[in-house]
Amino acid sequence: MRDRIRKLIAERKVVAVDVDTLSDTSDLYEAGLSSFASIQFMLALEDEFDIEFPERMLTRKTFASIEAIDRSIAELIGEQV
Amino acid sequence: MAVPSPTIEILRPPAERMRSVAEIAARHSGDVDREGRFPQEAVDALKAERLMSVMVPKRFGGEGLSLLETAELCTILGQACGSTAMIYAMHQIKASSLVSHGGSSPWHAGFMRDLVDEQYLLASATTEGGIGGDLRNSICAVHVADGRFTLEKDATVISYGLYADAILVTCRRAPDAQSSDQSMVVVKRGDYTLDKTTGWDTLGMRGTCSEGFRLVSAGDAAQIFPQPFSEIAAQSMLSASHILWGAVWFGIAADAVARAQAYVRAAARKQPGSLPPGALRLAEVVAMLQDMKASVVAGVVRYEAAMNRPDALSSMGFAAEMNNLKITTSQRAAQIVTHAMLITGLSGYKNDTPFSVGRHLRDVTSAAIMISNDRILSNTSNLLLVSRFDTSLVN
Repeated sequence: MRDRIRKLIAERKVVAVDVDTLSDTSDLYEAGLSSFASIQFMLALEDEFDIEFPERMLTRKTFASIEAIDRSIAELIGEQV
Repeated sequence: MAVPSPTIEILRPPAERMRSVAEIAARHSGDVDREGRFPQEAVDALKAERLMSVMVPKRFGGEGLSLLETAELCTILGQACGSTAMIYAMHQIKASSLVSHGGSSPWHAGFMRDLVDEQYLLASATTEGGIGGDLRNSICAVHVADGRFTLEKDATVISYGLYADAILVTCRRAPDAQSSDQSMVVVKRGDYTLDKTTGWDTLGMRGTCSEGFRLVSAGDAAQIFPQPFSEIAAQSMLSASHILWGAVWFGIAADAVARAQAYVRAAARKQPGSLPPGALRLAEVVAMLQDMKASVVAGVVRYEAAMNRPDALSSMGFAAEMNNLKITTSQRAAQIVTHAMLITGLSGYKNDTPFSVGRHLRDVTSAAIMISNDRILSNTSNLLLVSRFDTSLVN
């Protein structure tokens, strides 16, 4: 799942740096994730994983790193099963 | 100038002290507006009444007032002089960032004590040449070496910059940081020089003296807030700005309505037994004013529910609601004052009657453009692509 997240980050040019330079725990905001880009990125994630982020997940922390995104998506997919 | 520091016990209640300041501010508001000058008398009075440090927690020597209590102070002052009230609100917005984020940093905790002792006036330098009012991006960067920092900024607006005792400056965290990876630095008088680049000859809010400067500063690296500016912006600045600005605009609008009411009452006394022509419009504008008051109070209630919970303060739903508060109050204030002018007629239109509302009208026109409403709506429309409005009545 982290590979699919990374692929989306690269395709959508979500951050200002090469995604390969980021570790799973790198701070995406420090890597240039703007508030506008973060929302476009969320929409892309919702589409890719066929999920909908609930209101409680719409905070900076949810999208702060690849690991954090992975955790949130895993939780949502788990809820669907 | 150090302000004599009486113990808290002998201070009168804050609202009472603010009413004394408001009398002084009202006396000079016409001249401040006409000359486009800094309201020195009123700001001196704010310092003498020790109203600069009211939000500072008691453990640092302040009075620990809540945002709601501080908003009330802004409203009292807003009824006397829009410029002075806006200066006071902008100062308290900076103070709220110190209160929310400075307590755990020894330098900033010490600075809060100094704010209490010296009654500093705090200014803000977020706007930058090449970036404009987009406060979440910076071009300039803070350079840190050997425990010292240097920072230069083409600050196209620093409200009352020349009269401030310290300025809170946003910048990139480091020379190699992205534009959105920002820090905030407290620079004190003596740490910086200001070279004026633009003036402030405006339609309204003429006393805020929001001129542009080239700011060059240096100091102790500990003056940089430990938290990223993104957290400060989301968790204290956003709500404090929109609530305290709303409180100022409410004050201006309320004074315009008070003048309109005085005008209608005077007309009613002259023609006993009949309703004066403006009476119906007065009823209408009072309903608008009440609606505006409800918006500000609801904003405070929403803030208090999220207060002390960083996740809730950083949530998109909260940001959208604070944005909406700004849109609503800025638009309402302008509508209300325009309405008051219709009621007062020529007496309100003239600048030299007890019913004049020209200054009020010019002052509130700034509301829609200080952080442009279009920028805020565009930000909210982006948030609404994923966030849903909370449809409960009590949240």
